[in-house]
Amino acid sequence: MTSAKSPVSNKNPLTAPAPDLWRDPDARPFVFFDGVTKTFDDFTAVDNISLKIYKRELFCLLGGSGSGKSTLLRMLAGFEQPTQGRILIDDVDMAGIQPWNRPVNMMFQSYALFPHLTVEKNIAFGLKRQRLADVDIKRRVADMLDMVQLGHLGKRKPHQLSGGQRQRVALARSLVKRPKLLLLDEPLGALDKKLREETQFELINIQEELGVTFVVVTHDQEEAMTLATRIGVMNQGNIVQVGEPHDIYEYPNSRFVARFIGSVNLLDGRVTEDEPDRVRIRCNDFEPPVYLNHGISCAPNQEVCVAIRPEKMLISHEPPAQTDNTCSGVIEDIAYMGSLSVFRVRLDSGKELRVTQPNISRDSGARFTWNERVHLYWDVDSAVVLTS
Amino acid sequence: MSQANGYTAAHSRLQRVLHKLPLKRINWGRQLVISMPFVWLAVFFFVPFLVVFKISLSETAIAIPPYTALIELEDALLNIKLNLGNYLFLWEDSFYLEAYLSSIRIAGVSTLLALIIGFPMAYLIARSESRTRTILLALVILPFWTSFLLRVYAWVGLLKKNGLVNDILINLGIVSEPIQMLQTDFAVYIGIVYTYLPFMILPLYTALEKMDMSLLEAAEDLGCRPFQSFFLVTIPLAMPGILAGCTLVFIPAVGEYVIPALLGGSDTLMIGRVLWDEFSLNRDWPMASAVATVMLVVLVLPIMLLRNRKEAE
Amino acid sequence: MAVQRRSWFLYTSSALGFLFLYVPIISLIIYSFNKSKLVTVWGGWSFKWYGELFQNEQILSAAWLSIKIAFISASLAVVFGTMAGFALSRMGRFRGKMLLSGWISAPLIMPEVITGLSLLLLFVAMEDLFGWPAGRGTLTIILAHTTFCMAYVAVVVQARMADFDTSLEEAAMDLGAKPSSLFFLVTLPLIAPAILSGWLLSFTLSLDDLVIASFVSGPGDSTLPMVIFSKVRLGVTPEVNALATLMILIVAVGVVVAMLQMRKRPKP
Repeated sequence: MTSAKSPVSNKNPLTAPAPDLWRDPDARPFVFFDGVTKTFDDFTAVDNISLKIYKRELFCLLGGSGSGKSTLLRMLAGFEQPTQGRILIDDVDMAGIQPWNRPVNMMFQSYALFPHLTVEKNIAFGLKRQRLADVDIKRRVADMLDMVQLGHLGKRKPHQLSGGQRQRVALARSLVKRPKLLLLDEPLGALDKKLREETQFELINIQEELGVTFVVVTHDQEEAMTLATRIGVMNQGNIVQVGEPHDIYEYPNSRFVARFIGSVNLLDGRVTEDEPDRVRIRCNDFEPPVYLNHGISCAPNQEVCVAIRPEKMLISHEPPAQTDNTCSGVIEDIAYMGSLSVFRVRLDSGKELRVTQPNISRDSGARFTWNERVHLYWDVDSAVVLTS
Repeated sequence: MSQANGYTAAHSRLQRVLHKLPLKRINWGRQLVISMPFVWLAVFFFVPFLVVFKISLSETAIAIPPYTALIELEDALLNIKLNLGNYLFLWEDSFYLEAYLSSIRIAGVSTLLALIIGFPMAYLIARSESRTRTILLALVILPFWTSFLLRVYAWVGLLKKNGLVNDILINLGIVSEPIQMLQTDFAVYIGIVYTYLPFMILPLYTALEKMDMSLLEAAEDLGCRPFQSFFLVTIPLAMPGILAGCTLVFIPAVGEYVIPALLGGSDTLMIGRVLWDEFSLNRDWPMASAVATVMLVVLVLPIMLLRNRKEAE
Repeated sequence: MAVQRRSWFLYTSSALGFLFLYVPIISLIIYSFNKSKLVTVWGGWSFKWYGELFQNEQILSAAWLSIKIAFISASLAVVFGTMAGFALSRMGRFRGKMLLSGWISAPLIMPEVITGLSLLLLFVAMEDLFGWPAGRGTLTIILAHTTFCMAYVAVVVQARMADFDTSLEEAAMDLGAKPSSLFFLVTLPLIAPAILSGWLLSFTLSLDDLVIASFVSGPGDSTLPMVIFSKVRLGVTPEVNALATLMILIVAVGVVVAMLQMRKRPKP
C-alpha cells in the first residue's frame, strides 16, 4: 500500500503524493513521544502525551496559548527536558542529548536572527560550528539563499530586511544544516495575511523538495489546515485528536475540537434508535429527529451532541421534502461576506443556529431578509455525533 | 529483535553517560561566573560593613591603627570589650542628631528642587521627536560625564561675592551690594541639585517615554482638563521614575561631603562632613564608624529595602 | 492638544533647566582663557594657564596616576560586572541570587563616605591579619574603585541582556554552538556596546572619585581629584579652569562620537 504512494519521483513536488506512512500500522515512527510529561513547578504543561510522527510528514501541533504545544516543540529541540517519559528521534533516545548535538533545527517565532551578523553569516553560523571547509560553507549558503530567493541580500544585516525576508532567512538558516527534523514555531505568525498565504505554499514546496520532516506549532487553524499532512489538536497539555486536516474538520471527536476548528452548531439530544446502519436522535431544540446513515457506538438513550457545520445546512422558504434532519426558525441576522452570506437563525426553542450559503449568483444574498421564517435542512451524512 | 533492542538501550545509556561529562564541566564554568563577583563583593563590600560595626564598638587609642582591640587573650583569659560609649555619645551629644536631621533636610529639599526642575525637562525630552530627543538626552548626560569635582568648583566662581551671579544681580539693579551666597545652605542646595540633576532626569525620562500619549487623549476624551489629566494620569504613571529619581538623588546627597565642604559654610552641618572630620581631623576612627553605622542603619538600609520591595512587586 | 497648550511653560522651564546645567561649565571654559589671575577681572584672551598647567608637575603626575588607576579599575570592573550581570540575567535560579542582586546594586546608592571608610577599615584589618595589602596606595584605590564600578557595569549589562530575548541564544545552541562558545559567538557581540559604555562609565567614575580615594590612599599617592580639591579649597586657581576645559572637551568629543556611533547602529 505504501509502495504505491511512496514518492519515487520528485520531479514535480506539488503533485508528488504525500507519504502517508501513518496509515500503515507497522511503519516506523520517526519521532516518538513515549508517555511524555512536563511539569513546571506545580503546572503541568504537557500531560502524558504519546505521539508518533513519521518521516517526511508536515505535522502541525495546533492549540491555543498554554495548550503545551510550544513546550512539546522545545522538548524536541532540547531546550526543555521531559519530567517523565522519553522522546525518540530516528530511534535514538534524546535524553541527555544537548540541543547543539541534536539532528534537529528550529525556526523561532521571533526568527532569532543574530542582529550583529549579516544574512550570509547568519546562515553560515550552523555550518561553521560543524567546522566545514570554507568553500563548502560558501556553496551551501549560496544555494540556500537562492532557494529562498534572497541571493542579492546576503550582505545585509537583519534589521535592513522586511518581515517576509527575515522569515525566509530564518528558514534558510534552519535548513542549511540539513536537519532530519525541522521545528517551526509559529512560522507565519509575524507576517500579514496576504504574505502568509503566499508563504504557506512556499513552505510546502520546500518541505516536499527537501524531504525533511517538519513539525509546526501554530495557533492558527487555517494555517494548520493548509500546511499539514496531519494535525495534532492540543488542549491543556493533552493531544485531543490526531488526524489529517479533512478528518479533523469533518469528523471531530469532541466538542472541543469541533468548536476549535471552524465554526459549528452543537445540538444536545438523546439517542432514540441505534442500529449498525443508522441512528436517530431526538434533539432538545426541535421536533423532527436527526437521522444519520451510519451507526455509532453508544449506550441506548445516551445523551449526545450533534455537530453540524454551518455550510452543510441548507436554507429555504418552503418546507423541505424530507421529514428528518430539518427544523425551522426566524432569521435574526444576516452578514454579507462577499463570497458567502452568514445567517443567524433563531429556533422556536430560542436556540440560535449559524448557516452559511455561498453567493452563487449576484442577488442570491437578497433572497432572504430579516425576521423571515425559514426552514433549515441537511443531508443524512452531514451531522456528526459527539459523545464527549 | 530483542538483541537489537538491547543494543539500542546500551547505546542510549552510553550516550547519556558520555553527555554527563561535558555537562559537569559546564557547571564548573557556571560556578566560576557566579562565584567570582560574589566573592569579590563579599570581601570588598559586605565584610567592610562588619568591620565598621566591629570598630564602632572599640575605643579610640593613640596607636596604629588608632583603636583598641575588641577581643584580647590575656593570661588565658579571653576578654571581650564591647564599648557602647560611641553610640551613647552619639545619642547624648545633640550635635550628631542635629547633623543627621540637617542632612536629611538639605538632601530632602534638594531632591524636591531637582524633581521640580527635572520633571519638565524629562517631559519635554520624552515628547520630542527622535532627533531632538537624542540631542537633548546627550545634553543631559554630558555634564554627568564631566568631573563632578570641577562642576562643583565652577559654582564657587559663580557664587562668590564678586562672582558672576552677584555681578548680574547688581547690574540688573535687583540688589545694591553683593549678597553672601557662597558658604550658605543655599549654595549647598544649588550644588546638590546641579550635581544630581541628571540622576533625576534620566529615570523620569524612562518612565515618561514609556507612557502612551493616547492615554492622555483618552483622559481628556473622558472629560479631564489638561491639568487634571496631568495629575490623574501622567504623575501616577511616572511614579516609578519619580521614586527611582528621588532615591538616586536623596541617598548620595545625605552622605555628601564634597559639596558642603566646597560650597557650604562652617555652620552647614552634614553627616558626611561630620564623619570625615571625625576620621581625618580628630582621628577618632571608632566614632566615625559609629556615625557610619547609624547612617547606614537609619537612612540607607530602609530606603534600599523599600526600593527592593517595590522592584519585587 | 494638551501638549500644545502647555508648551510655552514646558519650553521655558526646560530652557532654564538646560541653562542651569551649562552656565557653570561655560563660565569655566571662558575663564580658563582669561589673562588675569582675578576671576572677576577680564584681562583679555590668553592661553597662559594652559601653559602653566602643562608645567605643573604635581597635576601632571596626579593625572597620570589617576588615568592608570581608572584604566585598571574599569577593566577589572568590566570583567566582574559582566559576570555578575550575566549570572543574574541568564543563569536561571541559583543559591544566593537575591543576595547577589542586592549586593550588586547597593554600591550605586551607598554614600561615598561610608564606602570609603568601610574599605579603609577593611584594608587596615586585612593588613593586620594577613599582611596584605601592605600599606595603602595605588593598589587599595584600584580595589575600591573596581568594587563600586562593577556595580555600574553589572546594571548596564543586565539592562542590555533584558533587551534581547533568550531565543537568540537558543537559536545558536540549536545550530550547534556549545555553551562555552555560545558566549563569545552571540552573547558577547550583542552586549559589546553595553560593556563598552560600562567601561567608559567606570573609567570616568574612577577618574572623578575624590572621597573614596581620599580614604583608602596612602600618603604618597595623590590622585587628580585629590590634588584639585586641595588646590580649590585654597581658592580659585586658573590652572584648574584650564584643566577642566580640557577634560570637558575630551568628554564632549567622546560623547558626540558615541552618539553618532549609536545612531549608525539601529537597535535590534
